[in-house]
Amino acid sequence: MLFRSLMTTKTFHIIVVAMVLVFTPVAAWAELVIRVTQGNDKPTMIAVAPMSTNGIQVLEDISAIVESDLLRSGLFKTIPRQNMLAFPQNIDDVYYRDWRLLGSEYLIIGGLKDSEGKIELSFSLLDVTAQKTVFKHRVTGTEAQIRDLAHLVSDKVYKEITGIRGVFSTRLAYVTAELNDNKFIYRLNVSDSDGAREQLVLESTQPIMSPSWSPKGDELAYVSFETGRPAIWRQRLVGGQRIQLTNFSGLNGAPSWSPDGNKLALVLSKDGNPEIYLLDLTSNKLSRLTRHFAIDTEPTWTPDGKNLLFTSDRGGTPQIYKLTIASKAVERITFKGNYNARPSLAPDGRTLVVVHRESNVFHIATLDLKTGRMLELTETRLDESPTVAPNGAMLIYATKQAGRGVLSAVSLDAGVKYFLPAKIGDVREPAWSPFLR
Amino acid sequence: MNISVTKTGLSALCLSLVLAGCSSTPVEETMSDIEDTTVQTVEVEMESEAIVVEEMPVEPIMSAATVFYFDFDKALLKTESRAALVEHAAYLMDNPRSIRLEGHADERGTREYNMALGESRGNAVKEFMVLQGVSPSMIEVISYGEEQAASFGSSDAAWSMNRRVELK
Repeated sequence: MLFRSLMTTKTFHIIVVAMVLVFTPVAAWAELVIRVTQGNDKPTMIAVAPMSTNGIQVLEDISAIVESDLLRSGLFKTIPRQNMLAFPQNIDDVYYRDWRLLGSEYLIIGGLKDSEGKIELSFSLLDVTAQKTVFKHRVTGTEAQIRDLAHLVSDKVYKEITGIRGVFSTRLAYVTAELNDNKFIYRLNVSDSDGAREQLVLESTQPIMSPSWSPKGDELAYVSFETGRPAIWRQRLVGGQRIQLTNFSGLNGAPSWSPDGNKLALVLSKDGNPEIYLLDLTSNKLSRLTRHFAIDTEPTWTPDGKNLLFTSDRGGTPQIYKLTIASKAVERITFKGNYNARPSLAPDGRTLVVVHRESNVFHIATLDLKTGRMLELTETRLDESPTVAPNGAMLIYATKQAGRGVLSAVSLDAGVKYFLPAKIGDVREPAWSPFLR
Repeated sequence: MNISVTKTGLSALCLSLVLAGCSSTPVEETMSDIEDTTVQTVEVEMESEAIVVEEMPVEPIMSAATVFYFDFDKALLKTESRAALVEHAAYLMDNPRSIRLEGHADERGTREYNMALGESRGNAVKEFMVLQGVSPSMIEVISYGEEQAASFGSSDAAWSMNRRVELK
């Protein structure tokens, strides 16, 4: 009886999924739905007139997707469609006075056209106050790419008005765990940044952890327990080919892709306790970077690829340290509070995002590395796994709502917040993709 | 979910297009029997039963705890865990076989840090058993961090059940 469970034959079941580019409907297990809970104080008023479909059958409402994108950024407020007096398609049909009366500062108009079996979307951004056309663009795609076309419109408009590159065309990777017959099914998924078009990447009866995007956005590295032990894998999103990168005794965790895509920082405990290593992905050469009896984990790269930030409890509590790769010199970065972990840097290289514990509650906080100012961004509980958007405007993190893991977003100035609740299962470990085009 | 399409066919198709439209064609794989030592296990268990019946009272072995609990953010073995581990160690030395120590953490704190914490707890149990004379080569420590809770919910009671090492 004592050790009977030891050698029971374990059958681990995994499913690897290749993403293909032909559109077929897929079962959505836990598609995300957005609810904006807090917006910006002075949002820009914008009207997105329904795009004229000109008889082309499309399954998605492009203008509604653009509206939802802009609203989610927190920097815009949209004019309700039912208040609009007209739905112009061409610049000549626009009566600026009508839109000014609705309080709109900007107007987006456009229409679809058939272009050799593809869909051509022409759209314009108009400045209502100045009564002039800001730009006019044309994009073409297949029917399966309608959402991509809509996100492109949002990206163009966002960039024009805010001066910041939009992230509406980016994607999210995340892990879900669903309890089924008293056993968990773990899934690694990828979706659009708004949670739509969820796609399964990997399914397993054993835990999946720590997804990390390649800088090109075409591959994920992650930890899978499918062999009965944690191991690091890399997997192409298109095609689904995967390679097991590590198989050491002990921890094989926290993979983090270098900015140039050639290396992976990771954690191994094969030499006795968790240390940071570098794996050269071309030569497969492994080099050890830290040498300390304490826990060293959660490496992340500085944008220049010359340093790593990591979590270590070498000072007694988990704090963030910086490691210069060339010299292997280690320097402590965080001092406020008795728990700062899982570092990541915003693209500016100056804003450090951490999981920070204050009076026994875990929050996401930023630390300005120049001024030393710390800002708590979230007030939910058990917040973890922050991931910064490639434009540095927002971050998404995992938290708990009514006992369930959900994803939530907050702007780096804490002014804008929204939830991405899942319909089924526990959602965790979001990873925001890099810019994809 | 079992659609058979060759991967080469898939990638060739995929490379030919630029924008990612979205769908999935799953390729199913079943990894089975990673440690298929069933036959050996049966033999050992029959042997051990014989020993138990003839030489030892059944109760102490049957009742020895196989789960050992820890304090928050700590990997220090509790005093109350020692007696059971001494029993396990003695039994293992008489009946040598490989064991797994699965270390776990509660949900608080970051996931990879908790993986490290789960391993530290597993190592604490391992070190104690090695001190009792068990060969280190018989013990494998696997950390599951906070990935496999024993008790659901976000209460002190649930958390204390989850900070554990399971001997298997």
